Formats: sequence, C-alpha cells, structure tokens
Amino acid sequence: MCGEVMKLSGSEILIRTLIEQNVDVVFGYPGGQVINIYDTLYQHQDEIKHILTAHEQGAAHAADGYARSTGKVGVVIATSGPGATNLVTGIATAYLDSVPLVAITGNVSLPLIGRDSFQEVDITGITMPVTKHNYFVNKGEVLADTVREAFKLAMSGRPGPVLIDIPKDIQTSLYDYEPQPAVTADEKTAGDGDDISAAVELINNAKKPYIYCGGGVISGDASEEAVELAEKIDAVLGCSFMGLSAVSTDNPRFLGMQGMHGHYASSMAQHNADLIIAIGARFSDRATGNKAKYAPKAKIIHIDIDNAEIDKNISVDCGICGDVKLTLQKIIDSVDAKNNPEWIEKVSAFSAQEKEQLKLTSDMTPYNLIDVINKTVDADTVIATDVGQHQMWAAQYCKFSKPRKFVSSGGLGTMGFGLGAAIGAQIGSGKKSVLITGDGSFGMCLNELATAASYNVPVVIVIFNNGVLGMVRQWQTLFFDKHYSNTVLDRKTDFVKLAEAFGIKGYRCTEMAEFEKTMKSAFEDNGPVLIECFIDKDEMVLPMLPPGGSMDDIIVERLGD
Amino acid sequence: MDRHILSVFVRNQYGVLARISSMFRRRGFNIDTLTVGATEDPDYSRMTVTFEGDDAVKNQIIRQLGKMPDVVSISELHRGDSVSRELVLIKVRNDKDTRQDIMSVIDIFRAKVVDYGTEAMTIEITGESSKIDAFVDLVKEFGIIEICRTGIVALERGSGSIRNKQ
Repeated sequence: MCGEVMKLSGSEILIRTLIEQNVDVVFGYPGGQVINIYDTLYQHQDEIKHILTAHEQGAAHAADGYARSTGKVGVVIATSGPGATNLVTGIATAYLDSVPLVAITGNVSLPLIGRDSFQEVDITGITMPVTKHNYFVNKGEVLADTVREAFKLAMSGRPGPVLIDIPKDIQTSLYDYEPQPAVTADEKTAGDGDDISAAVELINNAKKPYIYCGGGVISGDASEEAVELAEKIDAVLGCSFMGLSAVSTDNPRFLGMQGMHGHYASSMAQHNADLIIAIGARFSDRATGNKAKYAPKAKIIHIDIDNAEIDKNISVDCGICGDVKLTLQKIIDSVDAKNNPEWIEKVSAFSAQEKEQLKLTSDMTPYNLIDVINKTVDADTVIATDVGQHQMWAAQYCKFSKPRKFVSSGGLGTMGFGLGAAIGAQIGSGKKSVLITGDGSFGMCLNELATAASYNVPVVIVIFNNGVLGMVRQWQTLFFDKHYSNTVLDRKTDFVKLAEAFGIKGYRCTEMAEFEKTMKSAFEDNGPVLIECFIDKDEMVLPMLPPGGSMDDIIVERLGD
Repeated sequence: MDRHILSVFVRNQYGVLARISSMFRRRGFNIDTLTVGATEDPDYSRMTVTFEGDDAVKNQIIRQLGKMPDVVSISELHRGDSVSRELVLIKVRNDKDTRQDIMSVIDIFRAKVVDYGTEAMTIEITGESSKIDAFVDLVKEFGIIEICRTGIVALERGSGSIRNKQ
C-alpha cells in the first residue's frame, strides 16, 4: 500500500491519514481555524461522511457513541477556542469510560500562538488531564505520523481519547506525504504466568466465587470467556455499570449491576463471597460502596490491561496485568472444574428475595416503561441514556443479549450525553437506537434534535418526565430533610411541540397502553421520534447503598415517606 | 514514610514537563524535588523525582508514570546502590563579627564562596541532601538573604544505564 511521496497541504495530509485509518464517518462543526480542513473534507466527501451536529459537545458525544457501539475509534473535529473548549466535556466523558476517540482541533497560526489571538485557546493544556495523550503539531513534517500514533494510542491497551491540535498555517503549508497502511493496536498479551498460577490456586480453593465484570470485558471482547469461566468454576456473575451488556441479562448466573444502585442479589453475593474475580474493572466507589467494608470475607483477583489500576482503589490478593481475553483463556485452561451447589443455592435465595422486593403495579412506573421498551426493541438495538434516575432504572431493568448495546456515561456522569451518543451509536451500528432520558438531562443538550432531524436518524427518544431533578431530589428526600433546593423544575417546556419545531414526530403518553402502542410504532418508524412519558416525582431508585455503607447495608424499601 | 528517588527517562517532547507534573498534581502525589535535564541523546530528557510515601504510593506513582506515552523507562534509585547530589547557592549576610565563623563552616563543609561583597556573600555547596540541610541550619544564624536549591540529581552506581531498563 505504501506508494510514492507526494507534496500535499497539511489539511490534505490529515484527511488522507484519516482515510488510511479506514475512518468513514467524522462528527464535527466548522469554524475559522478548520476551514481548510473542511475544504478538504468537501473534496473527499465520497470517502468520508461528515455529520454536522448542533454543538461541538454533541459532536464529541456522537463520536463517543459511535465508538462505544462499534469498538472503532470515533473521530470529532472542532475549530479553535470555543469550538475546542466545547469538546472538553465530551473528551472527559470518553476518558473516564475508556472510549477510543481522536479529537482534532484547529488553532491559530504558529506566529499567533501565545498572544491571546482571536479564538486562541491552549486546548492541549486544557485537555492534558482528560486525554490519554495529546499533541500540538508545531511541525507539519510530523503531522501524518502524529495522526497515526494518535489512532494507535487511542485503541491500544486501555482505550481512551487522544487530541491533536493543528495550527492553521500547518493546515495550509505543503509537506511530504507517503501513504501508509492503517495502524493496528499494540499486540495483546496474557498476564504473567506466575500471577496466573496464583489466580488459579485462589480459584481452585474458592467455594463461593463471584465474577465482577467491568467495561474492560466489553472493550477486551471477553464476554464469552467470562461466562465460560463462571460455568467451569460454578461462579455467579455481576457487573459494574460500565460492564452492562457484557453478559446476557438472561444468563441464570448473571445477577445484574452491582454497587450503589445495584441489584440486591449481586450486593449480597459479593458480601458473602469467598472470592471476587474482577475483570477489566476499576473498583470505582460507585461499584463497591465503602471500600473498607467491601467483600470482607473474600480474596480478590484483579485482571486488567492497565497496570496502574492494580492496587489503585483496593489492594488485591492477586493482580494480573494483561489482556483480559487471553488471560481468561489461560485461567480457564488451568482451573479445576467445580460445583458449588451450596453457594448457588444461597445466591438463588438472594435472587428470590429480590423478586419479592419488586412491587409491581399497572401504573406508569419506570419499571413498566422499561418493560415495554424491552419488549419492543430487538437484540441489536443500542440503548443510550442520559444521567440520573432514568439511567439507573435503565441499568437495573434493561435487557441485553449482546455486548456494546448499552451506551451511557458511567465514570463522568455527564447529563446531556445521551442524545448525541444515541445519534452516534445509530450511525455507527446501523441499527435502531433508543434514548432513555429524563426531563432534566434532555434539557441540557436537546439542540441535537436538529441533527437527528437533518440526517433522519432512527432514534426513539423516551423522556421519563417527572418535573424534577430526580436523583438529587432523592438524596434530598433521604439525607437532606426534604429540602428540595433547586431540584423542582416545573418547566413550561412542551416537549411534543419542541419535537415538532425541530421537524420530529412527538407524542405524549399518560397511560401504559398508550405508551405500548406509541413505542411500537415509533420503533418501526424510519426517522427520529420523541415520546414524553410522565412518572411520579417521588419514584426512587432502589435498592441503594447508603453513603459510606457496605453491601449489606443496602436499602431496598422506600424511605422518607 | 520513606523518601524515594525515581529516575524517569522521557521523550524530549513538547509539554513533557507539564504533562508529568500535571499527573502528579491531579492524582494528589506530593513531589519534594523535581529536576529535568538533557541527556547524552538530544531526543530524550531525564527527570529525577523525589517524594515521601509508603510503598503503595510509590507503586502507584511508578505505574501511573509507566502508562504515559512520553515515559520511556523508570528506575527506582536506592540509597545504597546510587549516588545523589544537590547543588545549592546560599546568600548570607557578611559582617566583620561573623565573617570568621562563616568561613570556618564553609571550610568544614567543603563549600565555596562564589560571590563576595562587604554586605553579603554567596556560597555554593554540593552534596547529599542531608549534608545540605545541616549546612543550611548552621548558616541560618548568620542571616540567610536568599537560597536556591536545584533539587536532587541521582545515578545508579556501576556500569548500567536507565536506557537498558523497561
């Protein structure tokens, strides 16, 4: 594929290097310092499709949703100054959730750098703590290799966002360019043999094993291995928020999400386990509750591609740094097959208790709405969410049978993430996407309705409207004497008219039967549809681990009434 | 809490110092000293970082540094098998009553006077940090006008090089 050396402009080199990496879609927004890049995009529009969003933040979230739903590197382009700063929340979101992203920003010409020129901002300085790495391209000769290195970094090891800032004079000047094949991620290797042997011994001695799947099971393509290990050693499985969709929700060993709003059975199983096997997870405070009281009876094995995660949040008995898929294959080959009937029976009893805790009614409850969504969508549908109560209900009740079907901001908890991400996920996967959102989150970045309408993106937007900022309000109910400080929205927004104003079909549902019918027809529609549903403002996300509590301090009943 | 010295071999890239010090800051690691300088190869720089902390902190710092693309290799330097030095310039008040005392302290510590005036003199001293601390303590009573310390530089003893470590 390597060919002759050509003299090309920096912007031409950039776009050709993106094409080299098999990039076929980029998200972005034009501006003064990327006008040359957009001119080159115009000339290459048959090879790269550019999706124009309403706001750079939406473009960053869309590139993120694209990457999460496909496993490929998402690409976003923005101009200097405000264009670049508008990307920051999106880049930080991708960083916290280890999403491979390449963000490209223009900047003022080199002689103007450092002089507070119009729309100049030090975006490499700003994004240093929220990128895996970033580059300020001050020599055009290295531009092509910088783009290649950025892609390699974004996808290698623990994935993450990389930013490339390109001054305008570099975009316009001519440099040598020689085509190269697409870069590949660094070679994957299993963990150290001695560490694996130590893990095998711990597993062979365990009678109550619990497998904790993190987002690394999805990005490391290790879903099958995690389930195979569970079957061989007769373990139960749970997951962090980021691990959702790694294991089929129909798998009888799967207890669902663990942690602050995790399932009762998974919390109790961890509290009683004698071995926790964490795979591609980072023991986030949201996944473990109080670390000092976490899994008090258990030995802990931690497998992760990122060496810095081992012993970072929790000190473990056996840490293995390596590719999770290859490491699990070695462990599976070496461990003894086992049966732990007493353990399985005990966990089944927790699951049975959990079922009893769920009080079902026929009202428009979050559970019932999600139940309808589950029955309407198919296995390939991507479910995206915003952040708050609706997100936790989705995490608790949505059904998944394939990985990469849940797209949500876990680490950063970015309200306003959902719509852009749902659009990007739809464009990436080519399948329908459903956005579950709340009236608070949706209000933050609803301008992306324009993008959904312009490109006729088949995304079904379901707004769980309770008129309040429900998650903060829930904390105010439980821990702040019902001082509802600034959480009562009571906006005058008419979401149906809003959708129509953007050129999108909008519906309002006040009864379950109506929602069932509307959801079904919306899902069959070829374009975007918005459905507003009203839920009670006092609905709570339960179970819940109280702040500072351990897994067995779990609150399952509604308090504060 | 132990004092640790890390030698970090880095790519001599745009912003590398900011990148590494930013990582220390945002993860809440306290640095005692940080020095950066050129090496035998202009493509690479060498940083020497000293900090206090238990083994868990030290291991986290090494692992967090290890995942930064600009970091080529990291070497922990232990007291017994490495040499470390710090260079300090100290400007102290000079008057005829104390001059003799200052000169004898300088003599004992093998420091030297690099600038001399009737009101002040500047002393240069090189050595391990403990020696420097002791010297600074002794000249305090004469009146320190200002002080400038380089921070620690250190190398492993023997014929090895950080470039051969991964």
